[in-house]
Amino acid sequence: MRKMIRTGIIGLAAMFALAGCGSGDPLDSGESSATGKGEPIVIGSQDYYSSEIISEVYAQALEAEGYSVDRQFRIGQREVYVPELESGDIDLFPEYTGPLLQYWEPDTEARLSDDVYESLKKAAPDGLRVLEQSPATDQDSYTVTKEFAERWGVETIDDLAKVTEPMTMGANSEAEERPNGPKGLKETYGVDVGFTPIEDSGGPLTVKALNDGSIQLAIIYTADPTIAQNKLVSIKDTEGLFLASHVVPLASDNVDQGAEDVINKVSAAMQPEDLLNMNRRSVADQLPASEIAREWLRKADLG
Amino acid sequence: MSLFLDALQWLAEPTHWSGANGIGTRLGEHVFITLLVVVVAAVIALPVGIAVGHTGRGRTLVVGVLGAARAVPTLGLLTLLGLWLGIGLKAPVIALIILAIPSLLAGAYAGVESANRTVVDAARAVGMSEGQLIRRVELALGAPVIIGGVRAAVLQVIATATLAAYTADVGLGRYLFAGLKTRDYAQMLAGAILVAVLAVLAEILLAMWQRRARRKASPAARERQDSELSGNGSQV
Amino acid sequence: MNWLSHSWPWIFELTARHLALSVPAIVLSVLIAVPLGRLAYRHPRAGGALLSAATLLYAIPALPLLIIIPALFGFSLRSPATIIVALTLYGIALMVRTAADAFNAVPAEVRQAAMAIGHSPRQTFWKVELPLAIPVLISGMRVVVVSTVGLVTIGALVGIASLGTLFTDGFQRGITASVLTGLIATVILALVLDGLVLLLGRIATPWASQHVAIKAQDTTREVSA
Repeated sequence: MRKMIRTGIIGLAAMFALAGCGSGDPLDSGESSATGKGEPIVIGSQDYYSSEIISEVYAQALEAEGYSVDRQFRIGQREVYVPELESGDIDLFPEYTGPLLQYWEPDTEARLSDDVYESLKKAAPDGLRVLEQSPATDQDSYTVTKEFAERWGVETIDDLAKVTEPMTMGANSEAEERPNGPKGLKETYGVDVGFTPIEDSGGPLTVKALNDGSIQLAIIYTADPTIAQNKLVSIKDTEGLFLASHVVPLASDNVDQGAEDVINKVSAAMQPEDLLNMNRRSVADQLPASEIAREWLRKADLG
Repeated sequence: MSLFLDALQWLAEPTHWSGANGIGTRLGEHVFITLLVVVVAAVIALPVGIAVGHTGRGRTLVVGVLGAARAVPTLGLLTLLGLWLGIGLKAPVIALIILAIPSLLAGAYAGVESANRTVVDAARAVGMSEGQLIRRVELALGAPVIIGGVRAAVLQVIATATLAAYTADVGLGRYLFAGLKTRDYAQMLAGAILVAVLAVLAEILLAMWQRRARRKASPAARERQDSELSGNGSQV
Repeated sequence: MNWLSHSWPWIFELTARHLALSVPAIVLSVLIAVPLGRLAYRHPRAGGALLSAATLLYAIPALPLLIIIPALFGFSLRSPATIIVALTLYGIALMVRTAADAFNAVPAEVRQAAMAIGHSPRQTFWKVELPLAIPVLISGMRVVVVSTVGLVTIGALVGIASLGTLFTDGFQRGITASVLTGLIATVILALVLDGLVLLLGRIATPWASQHVAIKAQDTTREVSA
């Protein structure tokens, strides 16, 4: 009797273990074999809901043309996924021209769309290439509340010098060291600000902190619907602290010409308002990325 | 392991010790949060636990609720409270208090229950009031187990308070997140080492306290190997 | 509740991934911790050191551990192996002490009686010690289950998909429903697995008055485990 029970327990445990291990497949990182229409293309996205939507758009467009796609979304920041692209674990990654150029060339002088794009093409390491840049932009911007802007007469970033009370900037941790954070602000405009990290990429906590007055300045991206929703103001960058930032797919050599054509077609069709609208569908209407992507592709007649 | 050496180098760097983001400040913040959380949680949990242990009533309900409470992931609680309360200390402190309560409560009622029934009856027979009974007998005898609950809670809070940095600019967790986001793994590991050291120090202090309480509770009993390190619980 | 009505498929997928990460870790923790616990009980000096190491391990916060493991073992950060190893380590840290206590709790007389009947030490272990240790082992396993299911969520901070992704995504987009759903789903998952383990314990100990045995162990184990 006891033996039966013992065997039973071991059997159950083994079953559990197998059941658990069995569904582990979807999580494996992609293989670095060449992709044709047979091998899946591994598409990644940043840990940012807007990036996920763009990735989903490319994924569905490719699938509509018969490619199989392995989605690995919400990977994290550039410092984490660029090495994976270089090593071939990821094949395609929707990026933004400005920040990506600054990642590879922190001292770059390029600021305007075309300059940034040309420099980016040259800066890409072997094995990686940037495809056509999209008209859609998602720019870093310094954002303040309407009330703050009116009180101090702040319209451009130089106007921040007029502010006499101490200011704190709130943004993701990585901004503290990046050229678009307090260091860059000091260098380009001579304005001193404190820094407090808020890990939500300009999301609800950042907005709340702005409205509460815990921070005065925040980095919120231009395609973020919350700027309009919360009556915030993006102040103008007259000295070119921020680089032009267009959506641009970053691809490894595993992406073949056919896939590249599909992707370029999609990129060309995406306008800045489209990105803004899709983001709104995500944040205000709370729809999942897959639906938003499907909706847009249908309207653009690409999926 | 070169990563480990990098972390030690990071710790040895004198500039990392001073300033608002310095090791001294962050350590202080972390200790402060831990103490605040454990004290508040104890004020809530201990009376309830003692009452349950003493009267024997409500035990099934409490055990059930605690079981569910232990299953709540602190990251989830933290993000939920962060959405409602914004940046700053409020959200993480509340989340951590909820984390600490189960171990403290369980320790309290188990401690009181563990007091030898014969002794309790004898005390009642001698004429002690309920209050005196609780204070002089049940708490004294149950102290080792209650302190075990405190140990478990403190350990959990020290390790999990690192999550507070997700929504607030506070504590040793800042090194973890900043290091993670910028791929500065030396910084991240250094933060982890600091947390582990803090935890070990706390463990040693609390173990000494527990040993003293045990000696007071049963001076004649032989010390058992396995009861040296009791006290643990879910981290998240 | 717009979010909820559109997100069911995703919630199910994340739950499946969550299970796929928790279950192997739980099983591995138990399979490794029980022999280690027995070792600790049989050799008290080495055992003391082992238990101290276990406590120290538990004090390491999860996030750095997820970074150290790929550095040590060479698999990628986002591979399931990384988080399963981390979860297993925590599970072992939690369970070793309970396992040691479980074997300690088997009365010496019973062991002696078994040997008197003529059982070899090996037979004594499998036929007598282990079955008697089961109630305490089960209560330890329940703690490991609840802890592991909760810890999986941390992986979301480094791109490992699970119910924890509902927290980070909801956090970024300000969708409270997402975070709440993640919380409720995780708790339900933990309680269901906990119930299964309890059931397992009852099946494994048909001779004991389960209510009394397991409940009594709950008291002491909830504090020391």
